[in-house]
Amino acid sequence: MSAMRWRLLAPRNVRLLDRGRSERSAGGNGAQPARALSSPPVSASPPGRTLSSLSATRRGLPKAKMSENGVVPRAKVLTIDTMNPTVKNVEYAVRGPIVARAVELERELSEGMKKPFAEVIKANIGDAHAMGQQPITFFRQVLALCSYPELLNDSTFPDDAKSRARRILQSCGGNSMGSYSASQGIDSVRQDVARYIERRDGGVPCDPNNVYLTTGASDGIMTMLKLLVCGEGMTRTGVMISIPQYPLYSAALAELGAVQINYYLNEEKCWSLDISELQRALDEARNHCNPRALCIINPGNPTGQVQSRECIEDVIRFAAKEGLFLMADEVYQDNVYAEGCQFHSFKKVLFEMGPEYSDTVELASFHSTSKCYMGECGFRGGYMEIINMDDDVKAQLTKLVSVRLCPPVPGQALMDLVVNPPQPGEPSYDNFIKERSATLSALAEKAKLTEQILNTVEGISCNPVQGAMYSFPRIIIPEKAVKEATDKGQQPDMFYCMKMLEETGICLVPGSGFGQKDGTYHFRMTILPPRDKLQILLNKVQEFHQKFTQHYS
Amino acid sequence: MSQGELAAVARRARHLTEELRQGVRKTCKDVIDVSSGDLHSAGLKPLSFSRQVFAACLYPELMNSNKLPVDVRQRAQWLLGSCAGGSVGSYTAAAGIPNIVNSVSEFIRRRDGAPSYPENIYISPGSQWSITNILKLMLNSKASPRTGVLIPVPCHSTTILSIVDLGGAIVPYYLSENLGWELQVAELHRALESAKGVCKPTALYVINPGNPTGHLQTRKSIQAVIQFVAEKKLFLLADEVYQDYVHGENEFVSYKRVLAEMGPPFSETVELASFHSVSKGVMGECGLRGGYVELVNVDPAVMKHVYTLFSKDTCAPVLAQIALNVMVNPPRRGDPSHRLYTVETEHIKTTLLHNARRAYEVTNSLPGVCCQPMDGGAFIFPRLALPPKAIQKAKEAGTEPDIFYCNRLLEDAGILTAPGCQFGQREGTYHVRFCILVPVATMEELLRRLTSFHTQFMAEFS
Repeated sequence: MSAMRWRLLAPRNVRLLDRGRSERSAGGNGAQPARALSSPPVSASPPGRTLSSLSATRRGLPKAKMSENGVVPRAKVLTIDTMNPTVKNVEYAVRGPIVARAVELERELSEGMKKPFAEVIKANIGDAHAMGQQPITFFRQVLALCSYPELLNDSTFPDDAKSRARRILQSCGGNSMGSYSASQGIDSVRQDVARYIERRDGGVPCDPNNVYLTTGASDGIMTMLKLLVCGEGMTRTGVMISIPQYPLYSAALAELGAVQINYYLNEEKCWSLDISELQRALDEARNHCNPRALCIINPGNPTGQVQSRECIEDVIRFAAKEGLFLMADEVYQDNVYAEGCQFHSFKKVLFEMGPEYSDTVELASFHSTSKCYMGECGFRGGYMEIINMDDDVKAQLTKLVSVRLCPPVPGQALMDLVVNPPQPGEPSYDNFIKERSATLSALAEKAKLTEQILNTVEGISCNPVQGAMYSFPRIIIPEKAVKEATDKGQQPDMFYCMKMLEETGICLVPGSGFGQKDGTYHFRMTILPPRDKLQILLNKVQEFHQKFTQHYS
Repeated sequence: MSQGELAAVARRARHLTEELRQGVRKTCKDVIDVSSGDLHSAGLKPLSFSRQVFAACLYPELMNSNKLPVDVRQRAQWLLGSCAGGSVGSYTAAAGIPNIVNSVSEFIRRRDGAPSYPENIYISPGSQWSITNILKLMLNSKASPRTGVLIPVPCHSTTILSIVDLGGAIVPYYLSENLGWELQVAELHRALESAKGVCKPTALYVINPGNPTGHLQTRKSIQAVIQFVAEKKLFLLADEVYQDYVHGENEFVSYKRVLAEMGPPFSETVELASFHSVSKGVMGECGLRGGYVELVNVDPAVMKHVYTLFSKDTCAPVLAQIALNVMVNPPRRGDPSHRLYTVETEHIKTTLLHNARRAYEVTNSLPGVCCQPMDGGAFIFPRLALPPKAIQKAKEAGTEPDIFYCNRLLEDAGILTAPGCQFGQREGTYHVRFCILVPVATMEELLRRLTSFHTQFMAEFS
């Protein structure tokens, strides 16, 4: 192996430095013919000064109509034809059309409409608190103290919460969470994150300067992809992502106009990752793009698989050999349930493989406050750690994040608590451990329950939910149903899930939203509802599946 | 200076200012940091009502006693009832918690006397985030010619950089400094002309009240801009985050309101995005990252993509959404918290008025410094007539003259400001931007130090 350090993100490759060079292919945003596009005004406009003629546009429901007198209204500046074409390709199934329908059904229910179900269950989104999971008391106490520091005089708050709050406030401008922080994140929080990473990884050093706090992990992932994507045509950046994947990746790649390179996880082997499949995908991709990055979600979303240490080593070797930037999405790192499974961070494994790899492989690891035992999605807290990035490119990254001003300070504060939880001997320790264990063991139990029940259903087969927060079972959809779906222009599993929603009120996300092998169908369902409710849900899914199969046999 | 250079200089200057700001925070030096519009950092206090509501929402146990006023508890209860699972830790709808979006819509309707539809409102992590998303709809990095956005000069750098980073082209229109930084439609025409053959202008971005200028547009001026965009077929982006800072005789009037009042065809055709935020106003909650965009007359088919773009970001932080609700729906007369709320907000308003007047007086009294009257906004943006020797010294140091001045101001007087080149300015002119939202005592200290520094500086380079 060459002694020279080869950087994937050498400055010449970074798009940000390419501005000014004319490298764009013809786009064609010429003048468009006028289209009848505006919805009619909500109420008739009286002559003279009008206050009521501003169009109401309804989300999700196309209403392209001629205006009432048949006259074609003026063409808009921003239309489907003139808008940024890459945005048109962006989809995000987790909050896609099925969720829109679920929200409508909720509204109808609340208006008293009769339905075959009493409530809509949103088992589509990895939102633990929405499903009744309780927040960690200590975290909320500290955040309340940070918000309203007069409470520091309140004796009902434990001392350790108070000292944490004081420490956090001291690191904020004007001692307020309402001040801007540095765009890379509060210094002391980044230092605490670095220490957490070191502890987690058995002492492997972490430089706080490599830590960037982000607005949820999604923000960090998006930023890194932005940095990586460049080139045109044959040299356009290709990014490898698992199928199935969390659709933020496909959405981001579509938005950036990058080439998505799919590598299929092996459903038969519990969604394992095969290097031969990585190689196949890469070799094929090299014919039409410039592969530069490999994204891996561990523990997996939607599949829940927890990669073995050997597998992680293999992926690192592969990335090193093929010159790929590794993006390790590890937001579910505490969500590991199955016997014999353990979370190994990419960073740790990389460094334990020695300098041949740890000095060269470029890696970005992502974490978040949204999952694990915290489930604090609404705070939009997250961080990324960047390893072996070229200094000049790192400078570009720092500039890129500064345009976002800063990540939400409450999320930064929360991340600080997550990486720096109560220690033995501190007043809040016992309760913290109790709450954390209860949450994680409940999740483990529900993971097992889900796998068990779904596997009793003929036509549904579910791999063990080793980690994360979802099941992603395979479903057999009868030919007749496939045909009906296709005739309707719908993906068969979307058709299936829509039917399930209408009949049971259960909202899931069809496998087509995540990607799957052709001819196979899946759905993603969270394991988050409380155990008893989950049991009922799973039984309803079973009932529905049997009815559906019978109906379309 | 070319557009590319303007953006590059702005980026570099902004980065330097940020580095200095971080450096200042780390050391314990007695530096007065007025480089950004950050009230709390400057020493002004958050509002008690909002912070009590946050605390109660974060830790609902607080509501089991009478520690907090009853209206705080009621508000928190209502807010938590609007959150999935009764927790601020849940995700929300992509556009924001529906009850809160409705309250924003209500606020807009009350403010403008014109209809506002919740479906057209998206809450985001800060106004810049929604500006970027709306820009994403228009700017395609592969387009040839590039898509252009008309931006004011001077303009705050975040938007400039967002446009450039998305592959758009900036088309600067110069505000008329000698007329109090007025926006002249003739200049808009000139800017548009200049874009011929260079890029395809698609949008016009205005900041009202202005940043850094503090100029407040009259109704007539807003009408003229609306007529211009209607005629020239441009999407109008109205950044109105400073709308609560008005210290002159005139009122803030929103673009939406004027558009509605102009009636058809304008009110039915002009595509408008208006932006607001919890970062400014009396709340000053910059660190929470909360803002919203209201979209008017946007093609319904495009709105679907707006939804997808925002949904991919999941949602705005819940605490920020709560702050937004407090901002648009503060305590009312008769509510237990109203009195304290009034005292606190009056204090901020009086401070702003006082500081605006004093800063204007003092800067204009300094030799070679000329400050335009400001009607609004959070900043003062005086022009510096730097002596040739100072300009020479700056060039020798390889730095912009106003950066040179600002560096010396920091080193010698302990005042951290933002140089004019960070915002764009006419070639050969130099400015400096100070935030005036600081405690009165701080402002007085700043002005004292500035006067002393400036006198010495001018003497040194005369």
